[in-house]
Amino acid sequence: MKALIKRELAAYFYSPVAYVFIVIFLFSTVGSTFFLGQFFMTNHASLETFFVFHPWLYLFLIPAIGMGLWAEERAQGTIEILFTLPVSLIEIVLAKFLAGWFFIGVALLLTFPMPLTIAYLGDPDWGVLLLGYLGSFLMAGSYLSITLVTSALTRNQVISFILSVMVCFTLVLLGWGVFTELITPIFGVALTDVISSFSFSTHFQGMTRGIIDFRDIIFFLSITVGGLYINAMILEAKKGA
Amino acid sequence: MIQACNLTKAFGDFVAVEDLSFKVNKGDILAFLGPNGAGKSTTMKMLTGYLTPNSGHALIMGVNIQKDPIKAKGYIGYLPESTASYKSMTVVEFLRFMAEVRGLKGDQIQSRVEAVMKQTHLTQVATQTIETLSKGFRQRVGFAQALVHDPPVLILDEPTDGLDPNQKHEMRNLIKSMSENKAVILSTHILEEMEALATRCIIIDEGKIVFDGTPAELILLSKSHHEITITFESEIPQGLDDQIKELEGVSNVSSNKNNQLTVHPTEGQNLLHSVNHFLQDHHSHILEIHLEKGQMEEVFRNLTAGELV
Repeated sequence: MKALIKRELAAYFYSPVAYVFIVIFLFSTVGSTFFLGQFFMTNHASLETFFVFHPWLYLFLIPAIGMGLWAEERAQGTIEILFTLPVSLIEIVLAKFLAGWFFIGVALLLTFPMPLTIAYLGDPDWGVLLLGYLGSFLMAGSYLSITLVTSALTRNQVISFILSVMVCFTLVLLGWGVFTELITPIFGVALTDVISSFSFSTHFQGMTRGIIDFRDIIFFLSITVGGLYINAMILEAKKGA
Repeated sequence: MIQACNLTKAFGDFVAVEDLSFKVNKGDILAFLGPNGAGKSTTMKMLTGYLTPNSGHALIMGVNIQKDPIKAKGYIGYLPESTASYKSMTVVEFLRFMAEVRGLKGDQIQSRVEAVMKQTHLTQVATQTIETLSKGFRQRVGFAQALVHDPPVLILDEPTDGLDPNQKHEMRNLIKSMSENKAVILSTHILEEMEALATRCIIIDEGKIVFDGTPAELILLSKSHHEITITFESEIPQGLDDQIKELEGVSNVSSNKNNQLTVHPTEGQNLLHSVNHFLQDHHSHILEIHLEKGQMEEVFRNLTAGELV
């Protein structure tokens, strides 16, 4: 499995995808913080304005790198090699996921000038910051897991991209303030809370504010694990096709 | 070492492989023949554990590939049909990766990768990415990948596809040299290849075995097997054909305009000796005597095209 992860990781760097992704990721996370989030105006030594855009940025960036992960294997015929190796299906899926997750993690770590900036400007709460990063990383895992499912579903990378954007968008939307305000009068507060509890944004928000709630962590992990499980089932079912 | 027991695979209503059973031992090269779509690849995919059969099972070195896939897959070297490889990797990277996932360790990886590159003549392109290679080289990369862990079982789906005649020859020699201590299954639709390589051949059509035997047995099925064609210098002497017809074991004699006589034997007879004697006794002026081995293609067509013939 180590060899599989190594190959997957290396694959990112064979193509320009990795570099383009990292550059765009850094530009967009940092850019959105300063320009959209008006980082300086908040006058807080926190990265809330940095994290608040992550669900939206991941929405496009992660499907973009994940859409081809299975589609490529099919196109190159290597899926047949993978599945005839003396490794289990779970290991194959896990290797692909972990390599991708690790790669996103590296990109996320490269935003380190942000915390350094606020450390220079003020006196941030490092615990909150760390939790925010952890939340963002966990959330990225969920996005990636969903993208892997859609990538396994179709040979067409564009369809895979659109599908995963739609699924992730729904999961972001459910907890988005504007949307919840819209549905509260219709469904009432209780039901709206239930609906928004399925959202990425709801669970992520808490973590960026420094609230440690294990339900948030469990939420992201269960989406990820569930996605990987479905992923394996789809691959198993589609093997012959 | 490889055993298929009543393998059946259907895709929806379409039965690709039906109740297929056979056994391949160490040292055997089994050639799988059949028209396109006969179920060759499907069978191989079931043997390698890629496809799950609807019924029946496959044993690799006695291990059921469905029940203990990881152990069974470890015994197999597999060359898929489509020269599959990670195209952006270099040859050596890809082979090292395959060696590593196959569980080779440390120095073993290096030495095995070098050995298979030498065997398959890839050393000169070792550091090129696979996408830049010609089809012949890619095919060899696929073959090298299947050999890297020195498996006791080799399953090769059209190993010489896309190679030029020289490369084909080389590949066949390679497979032959390898087969001594391995069990090999290969699929092909090139009949000479089967003749040149295989110790046994199975012809399948529409998912069923229509022939299972040695290439020599297969050729016996040919109608023209052991036909003798005599070419005379000038016109065929009058009445000679009737005299030949009287010889023992001759079923029929036919002639054509090119001063040729064709002697059709009754089944299983080799008449070369007696015909030769007869011609010498009659002081015939002949240019050539040709003993027909039989037409593989004819047999193949008869077996696989059923109603068309």
